Amino acid sequence: MPQHRIGSHTLIFPTRPRILSGAAVVGPKEGRGPLSQAFDLILEDALWGQKSYEQAERAIFQEACQRCLKKAGVATERVQALLGGDLLNQIMAASLAARELSIPFFGLYGACSTMAESLILGSILVDGGYAAPVLCAAGSHYCTAERQYRFPLEYGNQRTPAAQWTVTGAGACLLSGEGKGLACAAMATVGQVVDMGVRDANNMGAAMAPAAADTLAHHFLDTGRTPQDYDRVITGDLGRVGSDILHELLEEKGFALPEGGYMDCGLSIFDAQEDIHAGGSGCGCSATVLNAMILPRLHSGEWKRVLFMATGALLSPTTSQQGETIPGVAHAIVLEGGK
Amino acid sequence: MTENSSPSGIKTALERYAALVQRFTPKSKLGQGCLRAFWVGGSICLLGQCIADAGSAWLGLPSAAASTFASIVLVFFTALLTGVGVFDRLARYAGAGTVVPITGFANAVVSPAMEFKAEGWVLGTGARLFTIAGPVLVYGISASVAVGILYYFIRW
Repeated sequence: MPQHRIGSHTLIFPTRPRILSGAAVVGPKEGRGPLSQAFDLILEDALWGQKSYEQAERAIFQEACQRCLKKAGVATERVQALLGGDLLNQIMAASLAARELSIPFFGLYGACSTMAESLILGSILVDGGYAAPVLCAAGSHYCTAERQYRFPLEYGNQRTPAAQWTVTGAGACLLSGEGKGLACAAMATVGQVVDMGVRDANNMGAAMAPAAADTLAHHFLDTGRTPQDYDRVITGDLGRVGSDILHELLEEKGFALPEGGYMDCGLSIFDAQEDIHAGGSGCGCSATVLNAMILPRLHSGEWKRVLFMATGALLSPTTSQQGETIPGVAHAIVLEGGK
Repeated sequence: MTENSSPSGIKTALERYAALVQRFTPKSKLGQGCLRAFWVGGSICLLGQCIADAGSAWLGLPSAAASTFASIVLVFFTALLTGVGVFDRLARYAGAGTVVPITGFANAVVSPAMEFKAEGWVLGTGARLFTIAGPVLVYGISASVAVGILYYFIRW
């Protein structure tokens, strides 16, 4: 029997791995949003001097990692593992960045849930005494996601009201077993893949909401906690539609989210004036908001304890065209203030 | 989840969720979309007619050549606007108003040509040029051939 588990889906980290530092690098549209002041770097344009958008995505992933290490004052050679991923086929942005960084690398794919997935696995490595410090990162780029999942950038089409806008950005956190951190990881609930039959690739919030509700319900059942035990229950990129559905589903399960006790990263990153429809999405969405907003508030003591849950829609253009439904997954990690 | 234990139970749960999704998903504004498509699409067609008439009047083109002339000019300006990154914004406003006239076709060829140039002239632009327009060509030309054969035999 594993010792560090409670209930069916939840792990406990007895040593409480610290997040020593975090960094967020974003594109210009994100840089005009409400978190503008909190990002470590805002790109002047989406290509950022690279030959292709894929290379730009690699560059911002790498930049987020390097800035995170610099803030913690840790040399790259000392990092014992890099866990991360992105939305490109074969997670090439993370892999190419890992080639430059020369850190032992675990490539992850959890669609937009990657940031929470990397934090959970990183915490396991640190807590188990297998590696420290560990770098956890995720990123995405609007221009590469569009061409991969949808249409060429200059193609003239209309987006549906439920469609979301992929965040251009990357976030990285450095985890360690010791030292004073911004926050620490106390426990995590690993999500299972849930599919409620949504086929509309332009409504990913609806595809992911059942997985989000499932993971949260497991978390509350496993731990005996309620949403009131958290200053914020935070979802990655459910957007307007997915968040509304999540509230409804949780109420049915008996875990209604209190007023003001919930936020969605996809609804926090962009200015309301931007043409983003139902909100932001992509691995970079939760990764950048975590580092620009959530960790600073935990560090300052404004929030004592949050449940950070990134949500992923596990679709590919091929399976979508073949009529397959869109499975969702959501991973949650409990983050507590460092003080 | 006990309600999912039987095959019919799964169906009801999925149906119930589909109804929930429909309730929370905002609808496209149909009236506004139609109105914008109508005035922009109509204006593009009017512009095409003016170009054709100008071709007849000033260049002395016969009527079939004048229509071709109008298409060439519209395709050229769509390609130009796509190239400078303006066309997609117009299309986001107009919807079917820019897709249905020949401007939509031109944009559907030029935008992948630009997009996939990063993968080279052969495997990028060359191979992906008709990613969007391809199906229109395949089924458009197939349909015209089928109708042509029917017409040959029936000649009503």
